[in-house]
Amino acid sequence: MAQRRSYQIGSGLFILLGFAALAYLATQTTSIANFSQGPSYTLNARFTNVGQLKLRAPVKIAGVRIGSVESIEVDPERLDAKVRLSVDKRYHEIPDDSSAAIFTSGLLGDQYIGIQAGGSPDMFKDGDEFVLTQSSMQLEDLIGKFLVNGAPPAKPADAAKTDGGDTGSEHPAATPKKS
Amino acid sequence: MSAQLRRGIVAGIADGLARIGAHGLFLLQILAALPASLRHYRETVRQIWFTGAMSLVIIMTCGLFVGMVLGLQLYYVLSIFGGTAALGTVVSLSLYRELGPVVTALLFAGRAGTSITAEIGLMRATDQLAAMEMMAVDPIAYVAAPRFLAGIVAMPLLACVFNALGIFGAHLVGVSWLGLDNGTFWSNMTSSVDVWTDVINGVWKSVAFGAVVALIAVFQGYTTAPTSEGVAYATTRTVVFSSIVVLAIDFVMTAFLM
Repeated sequence: MAQRRSYQIGSGLFILLGFAALAYLATQTTSIANFSQGPSYTLNARFTNVGQLKLRAPVKIAGVRIGSVESIEVDPERLDAKVRLSVDKRYHEIPDDSSAAIFTSGLLGDQYIGIQAGGSPDMFKDGDEFVLTQSSMQLEDLIGKFLVNGAPPAKPADAAKTDGGDTGSEHPAATPKKS
Repeated sequence: MSAQLRRGIVAGIADGLARIGAHGLFLLQILAALPASLRHYRETVRQIWFTGAMSLVIIMTCGLFVGMVLGLQLYYVLSIFGGTAALGTVVSLSLYRELGPVVTALLFAGRAGTSITAEIGLMRATDQLAAMEMMAVDPIAYVAAPRFLAGIVAMPLLACVFNALGIFGAHLVGVSWLGLDNGTFWSNMTSSVDVWTDVINGVWKSVAFGAVVALIAVFQGYTTAPTSEGVAYATTRTVVFSSIVVLAIDFVMTAFLM
């Protein structure tokens, strides 16, 4: 009987160890580790083109993650992409004239949504929509334009439009939409 | 001559089919005996201890070394492209999706499968199974089913331990030895590894491998020729068959689970 008991204790320890390993793998080495557990609120943004944006892509302000992309769907009437962002409640003081843009981390990295803060005294509330958005830059389009024009655009206005993502201080050349 | 060859091929195919069919029928017998064998759950616990807990040392050692080798090799390959920051991602994905379940299953076949076959084979050779039948104890419920169940339970847990140790080994080599940044290693891993498509799919794979290896081991022991030579052959066949079947099923499951 004592021997059987030691078998049972050994098996119990082994099963515990196995599940501990599984829990460790699942929570510490996967995207769950990035999940903020705290309460969040929803913001909406419309883009004419979301590019390679995926579900659960990060939402960042000044490069710091504050939330994630909750859903991406096509608006059947306006035929643009409606993206729902789930933002951590701790960051509830985002001015309501802020703009959302889709950036790429690195040259070939994943895409994320960067929010550039505006200066309005009013803040976003749950369910609000971004007025100013900038779609993802399509590398193919840029190359196509470059090939057709034969030279980089000369006018500063055009320059701002094509490399909007890099001109940090300016408002990105957006496709403004009133909601 | 060619007719003889053709007859040989036909006989070989029929032989293979019969072998697969016999395994399938044996699986049905085990499944039918599961309720009865759950009454002897202590035997199942003992088998989990024997096939699972006693395999921990070899699984952990091998996991550590596989992780360290992956860390070294992939660091070298990634440094060609200037992408060493992705080391954690590549190591964890290859471990979770592929190497963890497969290598664990091969080790499991060598460590636990052989001993199951040898044990049951010797029971067969020394007429212990026949004695059980004489005493109206169903040897499938009392001998075969607990070992089969234990394999299904133990394999995924062993694979998880293997993966965890592999990540630890890669971290040891990549961060502590080769000087990668600790934060880069972990954050790149956490941003591109998904729980369901990567970790849990690997667990499903190892459940299937555990069932296959345990079934083959039990079947080979149960149907062994009752001589010492027969036990030797049965043990060899366990390792050979389970390695082949594990790798074949791995391909099929990868194609479907991707």
